[in-house]
Amino acid sequence: MAEEVKLFGKWASPFSRRIEVALKLKGVEYEFIEEDVFNKSPALLNYNPVHKKVPVLVHNGKPIAESLVIMEYIDETWKHNPILPVDPFEKAMARFWAKFIDDKFWAIWPAAKKAMISGGEKEREEGVEEAQQHLKVLETQLKEKKFFGGERLGFVEITASLIVCIVVAQGALGVEILTQDKFPALHELTQKFADDDVFKQCVPPREKHSAYFKALWGALAASK
Amino acid sequence: MAEENKVKLHGMWASPYVQRVEIALKIKGIPYEYVEEDLVNKSQLLLQYNPVHKKVPVLIHNGKSICESLVILEYIDETWKNGPPLLPQDPYKRAKVRFWTSFVEKELLENVLLVVRSEGEAQEKAIKVVFEKLKLLEEGLKDLFQGETHHIDGENMGILDIFLCSLFGAHKAQEEVLGVKFIDPEKFPLLSSWVTAFTEVAVVKALQPPHEKLVVVYQFLRQKALQPSAAEVEVKEGVYVRSLSRSHLPDTLI
Repeated sequence: MAEEVKLFGKWASPFSRRIEVALKLKGVEYEFIEEDVFNKSPALLNYNPVHKKVPVLVHNGKPIAESLVIMEYIDETWKHNPILPVDPFEKAMARFWAKFIDDKFWAIWPAAKKAMISGGEKEREEGVEEAQQHLKVLETQLKEKKFFGGERLGFVEITASLIVCIVVAQGALGVEILTQDKFPALHELTQKFADDDVFKQCVPPREKHSAYFKALWGALAASK
Repeated sequence: MAEENKVKLHGMWASPYVQRVEIALKIKGIPYEYVEEDLVNKSQLLLQYNPVHKKVPVLIHNGKSICESLVILEYIDETWKNGPPLLPQDPYKRAKVRFWTSFVEKELLENVLLVVRSEGEAQEKAIKVVFEKLKLLEEGLKDLFQGETHHIDGENMGILDIFLCSLFGAHKAQEEVLGVKFIDPEKFPLLSSWVTAFTEVAVVKALQPPHEKLVVVYQFLRQKALQPSAAEVEVKEGVYVRSLSRSHLPDTLI
């Protein structure tokens, strides 16, 4: 049977980007369906009735939701170019760090947002400090881990790629959070993404990405 | 047992996260040494094995430590292939099981804990959310089981059964302490029959603390959240933890 692979996502979403990277690394052809978060398609609501969110992968009519779950599915279905290590212990380590990064991001992002939309300097500084505190934990833990040594992107790196959003957003809103001097390992990681042939295909042009954040939060920042 | 194959589990008797790992080890028939941790006074070993989170459970195998209960369960399934599988073989079925396991953890457990730790209007709101999530799970189970009855025994408990068991195995204690019936057979017939089934499994029965102890645990969690006098609570916690030991378990399990 011919394979039918569809990905419901958003070009600006770092979560659907994870899936695009995984599919491209495997050389899997797919149809990308752009969702409007304010006007979700009936198909999306049908395929992900629980969370009503992107990304959703639909493989031969069968839907899978939750980006980390989808990545595991992709790795188990298309076995070449593995994303996860083969050894059970190494795999456990990859899963542990992916979860760690994901959980940390949900602490970093609201703080970063607070810093970027705040009108007042005190509030902005508080946001920056809080975000940097969490980033520091990430920086310390990931500094010497070997996930970032390989040529191809692996499970942990693909998961961590959402830090690119912080870099783009901070540039767009003119707030310094993830800086090279304070976070050399994380900065190096963002460079790795920028140089990676597969990742480059999945990330929007910088101007478009910056404009997105300016539009999203610029008004909020200006109105204060 | 050869040193290199030795399995150790650092845990705490009242922890549902630890219970998940013990159920999995028992289902697979994996012998292990259990180390009870005093969470107020954590051992050097624990801090060494789980420097990131400093929490239980931690599984040690071949001298290497694995943390986070779901990560441990998947590790167990992939390392000991002889016992009953904890996940289906088919990738799509695996994805569905992982999806619902994540749902139980993030959407259900978190909100049940909110109910435990709140009162008044905040608690009412949290209760409402739990019921919404339970409704979603009930619907999801229909899809997952595809109209078939899900028979559970000591041979076929999987990670989703284990996760749900670690949350709602104590549903009667939750009902008593919170005054709310989450596992309601009229509202959630599939879920209720499933919970009843897995609480009857021998391995689960053996590992489940008695009702009275669970009531104390939930009362304590609630009190700790609602009347936080930090120093007092820490001392109390130590006393509670040390006094309510694993003495309820038969010797062979300790």
